[in-house]
Amino acid sequence: MTTISSELDGRKSWVREQIFLGMSFRDYMRSLKTPFNFIALVILCVGLPVTVLRFTQGLETVTNLNDNYPWGLWIGFDVLCGVALAAGGYCLASAVHIFGLKQYRPIVRPAVLTGFLGYFFVVVGLLFDLGRPWRLPYPIVLSFGVTSVMFLVGWHVFLYLTVQFLEFCPAIFEWLRLNKFLRWATRITIGATVFGVILSTLHQSALGAMFLLAPSKLHPLWYSSFIPVFFFVSSMAAGLSMVIFESTLSHRIFSRQISHEDHHKFDGLVVGLGKAAAVVLFTYFCLKWIGVAHGNHWDLVGTPYGRLFLLEMLGFVMLPMLIYIWGVRENSARIVRIAAVWSILGIIFNRLNVSIFAFNWQLADRYVPHWMEITVTITIITVGLLTFRWIVNRMPVLYVHPEYPVTE
Amino acid sequence: MDRKKFFKTVGIAGTSLVAMSSTADARTRIVSPDWMGMLTDLSLCIGCRKCEWACNEANKLPNKPIQSFDDPSVFQEERRTHAEQFTVVNRFEVDDRPEPVFVKKQCMHCAEPACASACLVRAFSKTAEGPVLYNKDVCIGCRYCMIACPFLVPTYEYADAFSPEVKKCTMCFERFTQQGEVPACAGICPREAITFGKRSDLLKLAREKIRSHPDRYVDHIYGEHEVGGTNWLYISPVPFEELGFRTDLGETPYPEMTRPFLSAVPLVLSIWPMLLMGSYMFSKKREGEAPSTDLHERVDS
Ligand code: SF4
Ligand code: SF4
Repeated sequence: MTTISSELDGRKSWVREQIFLGMSFRDYMRSLKTPFNFIALVILCVGLPVTVLRFTQGLETVTNLNDNYPWGLWIGFDVLCGVALAAGGYCLASAVHIFGLKQYRPIVRPAVLTGFLGYFFVVVGLLFDLGRPWRLPYPIVLSFGVTSVMFLVGWHVFLYLTVQFLEFCPAIFEWLRLNKFLRWATRITIGATVFGVILSTLHQSALGAMFLLAPSKLHPLWYSSFIPVFFFVSSMAAGLSMVIFESTLSHRIFSRQISHEDHHKFDGLVVGLGKAAAVVLFTYFCLKWIGVAHGNHWDLVGTPYGRLFLLEMLGFVMLPMLIYIWGVRENSARIVRIAAVWSILGIIFNRLNVSIFAFNWQLADRYVPHWMEITVTITIITVGLLTFRWIVNRMPVLYVHPEYPVTE
Repeated sequence: MDRKKFFKTVGIAGTSLVAMSSTADARTRIVSPDWMGMLTDLSLCIGCRKCEWACNEANKLPNKPIQSFDDPSVFQEERRTHAEQFTVVNRFEVDDRPEPVFVKKQCMHCAEPACASACLVRAFSKTAEGPVLYNKDVCIGCRYCMIACPFLVPTYEYADAFSPEVKKCTMCFERFTQQGEVPACAGICPREAITFGKRSDLLKLAREKIRSHPDRYVDHIYGEHEVGGTNWLYISPVPFEELGFRTDLGETPYPEMTRPFLSAVPLVLSIWPMLLMGSYMFSKKREGEAPSTDLHERVDS
């Protein structure tokens, strides 16, 4: 009897410590009354009914997709931008584990978590968009369209999601105190990292390669046989910027989890990442112009689409690059953070240009997302943020678990 | 983890992916002399739209009485195919021509279809008989085929929540293979503007028509070479670009556009792991020589 009840007590206190953050259920519920949670609740109150509508009434009710525009906001933003911005996971994992830049170690875990959740919610977004979402596993198990770039993307996202989950496993096992699994999980980390980097290289570029099949629809300033390379290189910029942005936010919001010394050191890391991002953006900027030269499309630069292209290239690639350089020279983490936000906007702009604005440029009708499409996108982001917060508040992501300090 | 195991992991992962993607190299078929096809002679079409009616009947699409297809008001705007309309006739006013030209639009049944090379579950296939067919049983509804088709043909049943399908012309595949009848549009056309037959014969017929009536046709068989050839062919009294045809599509079959990328995949898969491992080993060694003093070292991710 006694053993059972103490076991029960033990379980109760585990739930209390690990799930309710050491509070009683009532206190925990009370602690949830924050402005952010209120906004999140409002968003969910709109988003969930729209979700129900999407899956019961079909795409036509909630989207403005049509036969000329089979892809809209959900592919253009949720999938294309989602994958690019989740690139931080592979960027940092490879920097630390493969290139040995150990000083970035403290921010690998949040980056991997962001990457994992990023991909996870990309797939969620995709489920909204697919006509028959329950057939998602078909290309993995049933029918293999090996001539399709999208087949490659599907496989790689599936494998990469698994790999990133494995990469994050140590944090989960530390949280659950599963020492045996922890040892096993740590051991496969490096293999998983290498495999993950390879997969990322391929599917980041494959997302661009999907548009190789649309030479007559995508405007020539964006269409290029180099588009896979553009997507890959810009994904690195996106990933690095996202790591800067996300870790900055986490350090603000979860600051109690981080020691003072860490905060100080952190600024140095941000500047270091900024330097890398500047180099990547510079490379990207040059490559894009080589693309224009290669297709000999100089005459198009003067057209209205050319102005859109210039806006993207100068305002959202060159400008953030210059801000990065400035931030690095001033050794100012603050300026670097501004550059990061600007770059993120730039990558989003690019992906939307490719998938929506410069797509079907010769057609008169344009696609404008339905408000319910936007609602779904916002809802997915909100749920993503809530998940991130839930995990960070519980698992050793931003801090070192006291019981699992240093070993290798 | 120890090095040997690590090599093994990467090795296995690498080879399996190489094996997976190298199958993508296999070349698709070439133009076959036995393919059936269609030839639309735009100089004969009078825009009666009976083919639209017959198509709706043959495919059991929602239809209207045949008389209502005489109504010319639909020509006010250029139409495209839709989930309940596999073919549409559009009217084009052309300078220095008293009569307008009517153009019937439908799937071109490409020799090397973009839709098929785009599909990640092989829902589209080029049949030995010529038509490009769609299999609704594997389609996941990603609509990449619609992105890829250069002729803006495939359509989607957006209104269907539970079993939406991609819809397009089948060249009446079952009708001609099982019932031995010609495709519905070809059968009903009062002007015989649409001819069904072997693609190779149709090409001969088209060339013959152009040769014997150089005043009536421009010297261009649309579909002979476009995107590597299509099974639906057109001849026309006016240049095709004036009739809404894309003449800038080139002659490269669409599957060729992604082939270089797909065949680079095995290369990346074999070179990347080596480079990355090299770098990993190098940094490990460096680390061994100068032990890290970082207090925040820890087991992680
Ligand atoms: S016209 Fe479009 S749908 Fe028809 S076979 Fe060619 S690519 Fe496929
Ligand atoms: S919508 Fe269906 S047929 Fe078209 S590419 Fe996707 S899975 Fe293939």
